[in-house]
Amino acid sequence: MSLKAFHIVFVITAAVFGLGLGAWAVREYRADGSTASLIIAIGAFAGTAILIPYGVWFLRKLRHVSYV
Amino acid sequence: MSASIEIPCDITPHPVTGMYNGKFGVWLFLASEVMLFGALFSSYILLRVGAPEAGPLAWPDYRTNHLNVPLATVNTMVLILSSVTVVFAWYYLQLHKFAAARACLLATIGLALVFMVIKYFEYSHKFHDGLYPSTHNFYAVYFTLTGLHGLHVLGGIIVFAYLVGPGAAMWKYNPAKFTNRIECAGLYWHFVDLVWIFLFPSIYLL
Repeated sequence: MSLKAFHIVFVITAAVFGLGLGAWAVREYRADGSTASLIIAIGAFAGTAILIPYGVWFLRKLRHVSYV
Repeated sequence: MSASIEIPCDITPHPVTGMYNGKFGVWLFLASEVMLFGALFSSYILLRVGAPEAGPLAWPDYRTNHLNVPLATVNTMVLILSSVTVVFAWYYLQLHKFAAARACLLATIGLALVFMVIKYFEYSHKFHDGLYPSTHNFYAVYFTLTGLHGLHVLGGIIVFAYLVGPGAAMWKYNPAKFTNRIECAGLYWHFVDLVWIFLFPSIYLL
């Protein structure tokens, strides 16, 4: 597996993690209404929203590079 | 008279593995790392499941464990960004843009140092509050896992510093091999970042 393939795996994992962290922070915000939880939720969802199109862009940019 | 020894498959793919030898070696090393961190994660799960429900030995949850989730979230973003910079260092070397690759590697080192500084503040805060590995099984797990991960980050900083510094001379006489070295270092770095992405929710959020 090349660095390109591993990077794609990494980006997908990070995006899934971002969704999970966002959901966790929203639950915390609903429970205690803390500003820190709200900021984490916004940051996590924004990070995921950036990572997904980045992954697609990355695949297009490195389409000539091998997965092996 | 000078003699040189040619090492086979250090640039071209090996016919059996389909990859050059250095990359194969890094994957073998990462497999051993999976076993190391896997054993520690298993220990964490067993200690947590076996902890009593109440009393001083009860397992603290994220509300009572004194861990700083916002700081750890920032550290997670820092590591994710460092993975992007290292993969682009490799990409720019393939395009023979050494200056851009060097800038990306320096950015990777900088981000890794930011991670370590934040980790230092986290650890200092714990010690200031009298929380040590001996305090509770939770802190033993916390310091062991994050400490081992921190050592891996430190190892990555040393490797990248070498590749940006004295190791960069290889680019002049063997650019293909140097590019492969950056790929190998990048694979290691992605693994270290991936460990953190599993470690952060396991320790800080659950």
